[in-house]
Amino acid sequence: MARDSQAALVALNRFGFGGRGGASGDLINAASDPRGFVMAELARPNGVLLEAPGLQSTPQLGQAVFAYQDQVKQAREAAKAAAPAEGAQQAPADQKPGLRRNLSLNAAATEIAGQMAEAKPADNAAKPDTMQPNAAAPPAAKPAPQPLNVIQKTFRAEALARLQRATLVECGFTERLVVFWSNHFCISASKGELARIWAGAFEREAIRPHVLGRFADMLKAVEQHPAMLFFLDNQQSLGPDSRAGQNRKRGLNENLAREIMELHTLGVGGGYTQDDVTSLARIITGWTFAGRQGQLGTPGSFVFNVNAHQPGPQMLLGKTYEPTGLAQGEAALADIARHPSTANFIATKFVRHFVADDPPPALVARLRDIFVKTDGDLKALAAALVDSDEAWKAPLTKMRSPYDFVVASGRLLARVPEDPGGYLNNLNLLGQPLWSPAGPNGFPDTSAAWAAPEGIKLRLDIAAQMGARLGNNIDPLDLLEFAAADAASIETRKTIERAESRQQALALLLMSPEMQRR
Amino acid sequence: MIDCVENRLLTSRRGLLLGGASFAAWAYLPKFARAAGGRDPCLIVVILRGALDGLSTVAPLGDPDYAGLHGSIALAADGAHPAIMLDTFFALHPAMPEFARMYRDMHAAVIHAVATPYRDRSHFDGQDVLESGYAGPGRVQSGWLNRALEALPRGERVSSGLAVGPTTPLVLRGNAPTVGWAPVALPQADDDTAMRLVDLYRHRDPALASALSQGLQLEKAASGDDMKPKPGNQVAQMRQVARGAAKLMAADDGPRIAALAFDGWDTHANEGGPVGRLAFLLGGLDGALAEFESGLGERWRDTAIVVATEFGRTARINGTDGTDHGTGTIALLAGGAVKGGRIISDWPGLKLANLYEGRDLKPTTDLRSVIKGVLQGQFGLSDRVLAETVFPDSAAARPMKGLVA
Repeated sequence: MARDSQAALVALNRFGFGGRGGASGDLINAASDPRGFVMAELARPNGVLLEAPGLQSTPQLGQAVFAYQDQVKQAREAAKAAAPAEGAQQAPADQKPGLRRNLSLNAAATEIAGQMAEAKPADNAAKPDTMQPNAAAPPAAKPAPQPLNVIQKTFRAEALARLQRATLVECGFTERLVVFWSNHFCISASKGELARIWAGAFEREAIRPHVLGRFADMLKAVEQHPAMLFFLDNQQSLGPDSRAGQNRKRGLNENLAREIMELHTLGVGGGYTQDDVTSLARIITGWTFAGRQGQLGTPGSFVFNVNAHQPGPQMLLGKTYEPTGLAQGEAALADIARHPSTANFIATKFVRHFVADDPPPALVARLRDIFVKTDGDLKALAAALVDSDEAWKAPLTKMRSPYDFVVASGRLLARVPEDPGGYLNNLNLLGQPLWSPAGPNGFPDTSAAWAAPEGIKLRLDIAAQMGARLGNNIDPLDLLEFAAADAASIETRKTIERAESRQQALALLLMSPEMQRR
Repeated sequence: MIDCVENRLLTSRRGLLLGGASFAAWAYLPKFARAAGGRDPCLIVVILRGALDGLSTVAPLGDPDYAGLHGSIALAADGAHPAIMLDTFFALHPAMPEFARMYRDMHAAVIHAVATPYRDRSHFDGQDVLESGYAGPGRVQSGWLNRALEALPRGERVSSGLAVGPTTPLVLRGNAPTVGWAPVALPQADDDTAMRLVDLYRHRDPALASALSQGLQLEKAASGDDMKPKPGNQVAQMRQVARGAAKLMAADDGPRIAALAFDGWDTHANEGGPVGRLAFLLGGLDGALAEFESGLGERWRDTAIVVATEFGRTARINGTDGTDHGTGTIALLAGGAVKGGRIISDWPGLKLANLYEGRDLKPTTDLRSVIKGVLQGQFGLSDRVLAETVFPDSAAARPMKGLVA
């Protein structure tokens, strides 16, 4: 087949994370058989799963948090006993676990950045493979760096595993699918300590095994995962007529039920009412995770607490669900997963993410039909997308998200991170802190959201930092070959050729439309 | 909708208020008269994302059903953290002393039982309606503040809108020029690199060219002060953002219209009463308003700040000491240009039969009327432009008169 650099750009950038630099030959490989290049990743058995030494299961991590919190408590009590009447010990309300939600203006970002800054001495110069800008160094007047606690360590290990995979894979299509579904079913690590330690495990356990499986299975795995139950408060929701509800005089919390229908499946206008939200909230009462005492099961594992479950049948979307305990909710989720509104909502969002902000209606309709016909087979959905002419013909106008941008830059520079700090800092600065969207609708997915003046200016600053640190050893024109080859515009080529230094050329390459649009 | 100062003890005053409504005496000056007087109006829109509990922020203590519905998180006039009585019926959350001071100085007002036309309970659609200015969701290309900018006469002093934060809020997105700014802690790319990139974008990607140019300009305007983020809590960050925006707006050639958003108001659980999570956030908002006041200096005299949220929360406390998504809520106005010291409300009452769908404070005032009133008072936009362009198909929601002094 003739070499088609334009199609290779689509294969690598629309479906993947961009071409890798060095000796990968990604662009040449993609150019010889663009569709096959993308499809190959779908065919790899277990290629989506992520296992790395030291990454633990959700119950193990939950127990680690409980143990850590006990330690902190003991230390605090010991300190109190040693120095009584110390008045100013109250933590600000936003630092209490479980109280954070929808923090804006990089509150979460600053939190992470603070941790990173504390954790990392100013060793940027010694570690040119991280993208941390020099100036994001810790502010002056900080006390001596604290050792990382188990939550911070875990978050960094999970982040590193994901980033290494993203920078190493050949095309990146399945990793892009993971990011898509992880954002669709997002939790936020800024909700509290459990959410932070579970953020990576949630993705590994509830998202990855089903990315090329069935939607209904992913839905069930997600809504039963302790991280989601914690993020959307379902562990606090009690059936008003349940034994626990009667005893504790607490009741329903609709948060998870609403977001299941609004954000995860049917979509707004998908045909549900306030009564359906309340019904589903009742149906899933008792879906929780075992606490530190382990009364209901292994601490940190999903459990169905029959004492918190609202008794009796429930009417949902016109159908009655008999009181079958846990099975009542599982049956409801299975039906919602097959609802026509769900097929439409998912197909639209899928095409919007991969093809265009205004998704081509014919392609959406085709994917919707495939979703229905295959009973939500997500591999079939992904394959149909790659198979569609629309996905190869639509112009590359989508703005790369900050995550896509930092990963694509790392790949082009052939830098497999050994430390996630630089990536995490850059994501915080660019408004997309890892696993920490402002709300349960996840990060935005349109160009307008990421092409704002401040965002572009910040990207330039970050690119300039990378250029300053790494440009010396790089031939920018070679790199342009890896990024776009003869599909690069004349203007981009000239701009890079005419740069006054290699450092500047690298910054301009990273900021070129070929690297910013996909 | 009327200026309620007395007779708060009536629990449902709808009939009385409608009967007594009269706006005729309130002065209304068209823009040109103002311009002649050398006025240079500023408008700041603060979006509270997550649906603010209006009944916990400005509590109807005089309504006999309030305390029962709001339960353990209800405010009270006594106790360790008493609410601040604004009149004999409504009381302000104790975390907002600065707003209370502005209110006493007649430079802040409250509009209660207000809502956009949106009546469902999705944050994201609710925010789209609030910010797009359309009557329903799904129209998300541009925001009402941007279209208001567009409607101003060319050559008007108000040159472009300032988007504060890492991304432009929808309310300010659209055809009219906007600029963006957010506090950052990065060394900047040098000018030469930036100019080369602008040049490349001009040839290959005009949208990115304009975004980058604006980003560069704003960075320069805001630098030279300690605008670097400091470690701190969300309250400190809210203040810092307001301080930076005020500095940009205070410049003689700075923007006169700005929009920003504060998140975190979705209080499903553990909302707290006079102290707690909501109190913490309200303290941040209060501090931000004070930063605008001090940072704008003399310009504060001509400033109106509109604080709005996508919808309210349930009147009744839920099973987890919070409130779920509701409907009616409050809007706040602050600034030297505001004809303040008033609570404007056609109070619907909190009896079960008076609640919207038996759950929520019933909206009796259209938020668009409030915003239109401010836009008209500050910039003299016509009824027609407001009804057709800024808030399409909104003729029935007439601009509220007399909001701006």
